[in-house]
Amino acid sequence: MEMTGAQILVNYLEDEGVEHIWGYPGGAVLPIYDALDTDAKKVSHILVRHEQAAVHAADGYARSTGKPGVVLVTSGPGATNAVTGIATAYMDSIPLVCITGQVATSLIGLDAFQEIDTTGITRPIVKHNFLVKNVDDLAITLKKAFYLATTGRPGPVVVDIPKDVQTAKSNYAFPQEVEMRSYLPVTKGHSGQIKKAVEMMLSAKRPILYTGGGVILGDASAELTELTHKLGFPITQTLMGLGAFPASDKQSVGMLGMHGTYEANLSMHHSDLIIAIGARFDDRVTGNLEKFCPDAKIIHVDIDPASISKNVLVDIPIVGPVKQVVTEMLANLEKTKLKSDEKALAAWWAQIEEWRATECLRYDTMGAKIKPQAAVEAVWKATKGDAYVSSDVGQHQMFAAQYYPFDKPRRWLNSGGLGTMGFGLPAAMGAALAFPDEIIVCVTGEGSIQMNIQELSTCLQYGFAIKIICLNNGFLGMVRQWQEFFYERRYSMSYMESLPDFVKLAESYGHVGVRIDNPKTMTAQLDEVFSEKYKDRLVFVDIITDQQENVYPMIPAGAGLNEMILV
Amino acid sequence: MKHIISMLMENEAGALSRVSGLFSARGYNIHALTVAPTEDDSLSRLTLVTSGTAQEVEQIVKHLNRLVDVVKVLDLTEGSHIERELMLIKLSATGDLREEYKRLADIFRGDIIDVTTTTYTIQMVGQSKKLDAFIDALDSGLILETVRSGTVGVLRGEKCLHV
Repeated sequence: MEMTGAQILVNYLEDEGVEHIWGYPGGAVLPIYDALDTDAKKVSHILVRHEQAAVHAADGYARSTGKPGVVLVTSGPGATNAVTGIATAYMDSIPLVCITGQVATSLIGLDAFQEIDTTGITRPIVKHNFLVKNVDDLAITLKKAFYLATTGRPGPVVVDIPKDVQTAKSNYAFPQEVEMRSYLPVTKGHSGQIKKAVEMMLSAKRPILYTGGGVILGDASAELTELTHKLGFPITQTLMGLGAFPASDKQSVGMLGMHGTYEANLSMHHSDLIIAIGARFDDRVTGNLEKFCPDAKIIHVDIDPASISKNVLVDIPIVGPVKQVVTEMLANLEKTKLKSDEKALAAWWAQIEEWRATECLRYDTMGAKIKPQAAVEAVWKATKGDAYVSSDVGQHQMFAAQYYPFDKPRRWLNSGGLGTMGFGLPAAMGAALAFPDEIIVCVTGEGSIQMNIQELSTCLQYGFAIKIICLNNGFLGMVRQWQEFFYERRYSMSYMESLPDFVKLAESYGHVGVRIDNPKTMTAQLDEVFSEKYKDRLVFVDIITDQQENVYPMIPAGAGLNEMILV
Repeated sequence: MKHIISMLMENEAGALSRVSGLFSARGYNIHALTVAPTEDDSLSRLTLVTSGTAQEVEQIVKHLNRLVDVVKVLDLTEGSHIERELMLIKLSATGDLREEYKRLADIFRGDIIDVTTTTYTIQMVGQSKKLDAFIDALDSGLILETVRSGTVGVLRGEKCLHV
């Protein structure tokens, strides 16, 4: 059927099964917005207030649902505003397709109005990108974009479409198949390696499972849980992996890394075998590489060969999808006659329980000021631990990760890799759109929330009933903490002056504002925020917290996992 | 150690910048890089010379393989291979030096391909080390211009890099 490029795009998205597009119109995408008006039947468009938020929202949608997020922005500033969002998704391997308008092909390279080299700017922060110069290539390019974004190690893909390609006509038929000789994602791990890995697991005396975001991206939570139970080993999860294995299970020793638990980091450090699954030995996890886990052999399962032996040399590398590899491990465990060393494991657990007994996440509960930890715990109780929780970046992010234990995957939405302030609110919008009947919480700080505060307007327009928990300590808390520890308490530019009255601000956007500044009333106030009364309302909860509070435990930069600061 | 990495990539706009961008973004060295289409219009052959530890080079190869436009990657230096580079070198050549340069070019199996009353341009093909040796044999003050193609190479015998 003959149609314009813009119509092809809209019809393609419908045929691909895309339900929502996050975007913002502009000159170079006007034909597409017109086609959305004339041709869209199922796909809905959500109008954000800033392109960065469009990408974060699509990202939050993708993280919470597992489906690719779709973004539509204009050329020039539309594309450059989207860059931070794209980089955020890239660092955390989130599947996104970002459609950017471009000036007409005849104007490319002439410094035209709102022209920017979008494919050039985004090249280092995408899985792949395309500039579509011929309308006949549009449908197959879109097919490739979705295929690339969602298979293998997922990631964002940018499709840049010049305005004249949007108006040129071509015949459209939905491409059923796509084949790329240069892109063949691995579908199966090496059976010999898997067998060897299982043998190594069963002969270990002090083993630990170390799992990351790859388990969630690979939808392998159930398989991982079964494997962990079958092995009886301790499991620690990265910031990105929280929820893949239930935090409330006694085999979980919590998060590891810079702000990980005492028991998780010491178990890693003293282990003789690390079974890394869908994790990438990030510097925030390993600390000083020279001091990293001196006695451990390492099995590493990852879909991306470039992640293996990148930071830490590995003994048994297994390249493949986590779900398939873990399933095959389970089958091997079923068959093998080998038995794990129960006596050694019992001794190992006894040691771990001793570490766990230090209760490293304890904090002062008697003071007159609200502790941020207490606020997060109160939110956890009020939501029965079953909310979708997004966060921004800083101390509140770590408090949320430590004090809101997740029992299910895809509940915890945070920018772990890039560490993008301003991520939380739009990411929560993505989850709110996908799960209108669930509780959606955005844990943020007074610094981060101001980086995309304009989205309160989008939330009103689309009825996103997000509960914003703003841990307001009047400081860029994590910056302040580092200045206290490492810069002799010179708090250079980390104090937030001239803050708005967030309660009034929320009200002026048409939402509900609540201030909590008394630890005695906090629980009751939060219970009301999460009650039926505000079920359909966005509530901005401004919680005034203790300015001096720090995130503990902490591994200072350059130290090993066994060199934690506990209080 | 020096490695010659050879690859086939889709003949698409931007493919070269994906490769060069990878090297700059991850802090890898490129000593030389050369790229041109092959007998198959849809493919380009790119050869680059880099250096690093075995682990670094393994990481480079993995990251190159990860680029969507890259179809096949091979570290030629891992096996038996042939490598060649082309050099054009323009020399100030007057008086007795003209005879001297002619003899020297013959020894290195170079050809004088352009002559004026005051200059010679010599073309030379060989391993990079040989071209270096020729340059070292000259008085550097008399070299007017040096152009080198960068190394290209193939595997010895019947083994090929193909799709």
